[in-house]
Amino acid sequence: MPYSQLIEKMLEGDKRACARLITAVENDSDEAERIMGDIYRYTGNAHIIGITGPPGAGKSTLTDKIVKELIREGKKAGVIAVDPTSPYSGGSILGDRIRMQDLALNPNVFIRSMGTRGYLGGLSKHTKNALKVLDAGGYDYIIIETVGVGQSEVDIVKIADTVLMVMVPGLGDDIQSIKAGIMEIGDIFAINKSDLPGADRTALEVNMMLDLNPDTDRRPPVLMVTAVKNEGIVELVNQIKEHFIYLKESGRFEVRRKNNLKMELVELVEEELRKIVISHAEDENKLNDEVIEIYNKNKNVYEVRDELIRGMGTHLHRG
Amino acid sequence: MKRPIRVLIAKPGLDGHDRGAKVIARALRDAGMEVIYTGLRQTPEQIVAAAVQEDVDVVGMSLLSGAHNYLFPKVVELLKEQGVDDVLIVGGGIIPDEDIPGLKEAGVDEIFTPGTPIAKMVDYIKNNVKR
Repeated sequence: MPYSQLIEKMLEGDKRACARLITAVENDSDEAERIMGDIYRYTGNAHIIGITGPPGAGKSTLTDKIVKELIREGKKAGVIAVDPTSPYSGGSILGDRIRMQDLALNPNVFIRSMGTRGYLGGLSKHTKNALKVLDAGGYDYIIIETVGVGQSEVDIVKIADTVLMVMVPGLGDDIQSIKAGIMEIGDIFAINKSDLPGADRTALEVNMMLDLNPDTDRRPPVLMVTAVKNEGIVELVNQIKEHFIYLKESGRFEVRRKNNLKMELVELVEEELRKIVISHAEDENKLNDEVIEIYNKNKNVYEVRDELIRGMGTHLHRG
Repeated sequence: MKRPIRVLIAKPGLDGHDRGAKVIARALRDAGMEVIYTGLRQTPEQIVAAAVQEDVDVVGMSLLSGAHNYLFPKVVELLKEQGVDDVLIVGGGIIPDEDIPGLKEAGVDEIFTPGTPIAKMVDYIKNNVKR
């Protein structure tokens, strides 16, 4: 089926067409850019919610419960669940659907699993593309579940409007919560498995960390939830919706989306230039020769860089 | 377009034994495939919904309960109803030899019974994916 036809069907709500388009944009196919270009004008309406936190914190189970609550009033929700790809085989086990079994048949829900495919920020390189397909497909909420993260996988903040940081008791003392990185990106904190001992202490530490924030405009809430028992979910979803209203009313929505667009644009330019420089250098085996020169200390990396960039000038004619 | 083969590993019906399915999932992962595992006790409808949304190249079903003659063809039929005709469908588990011809006739592409070397299965998938 030609892509224009797939796009038409996707806009009508056809899940298979949606899935096919995600496959196309998830891979570096020739059509990917054309598809993204064609659907771009239909995007921008969804509330994009990022769910992140350490492995085993309960992100998938929580996603399942949040989606059920979000769609209660007839809204549509798309889920993109990312799991790690093996650095050795390139394969992966994508197991997030296990926690979302009874959502599979809901007509208002679309779930897609993705491998990181070598990408390190907690997402895959094309998560952004897939989410735009769902956005264009009319999903009101798009939930991106990151891989289980450590301390510095913060890419979710570049694509989500609302970042939900899922914590669990027992993972470390209060010094962990004042470190830079992942703890800075949460718009809402959920302490999951709050029926376990130590949950109060974890909440206390997160609260103390948040009280030190210089930004007094909005202080992220910290909520106690127990996803498997469906406890605290209604309040959590209310907070997610309220954050979106806050973004819109404070003008931060526009600022955040424009910042993200800028980052995306710069990344795309970098990637394209990189491709041009490297393909030019590799065509003539230049890269290997230069590496030998650098290795033998005849040149340094900075002068070679400048040479390569200058040599690129004649190769900038695309398409 | 070079991309990893995507496989759905599914456990249809009420059989609660998934060690085999997990071993297969792991082996396919090690062969460079993206394996979506959906957990135990799936209805044919759930399996087909997952196959469509995940846009997989292969649906692999594991069944040890003896209900394969009903459940495997049901999945094939529902996939056809959804217009999915380019997915490789394979099955495995405790399946008597005499049931295999019937399953193949119903549209299951291949059946792997206990003792099949994992490499054979990997090769079969690599050589037979339909797109």
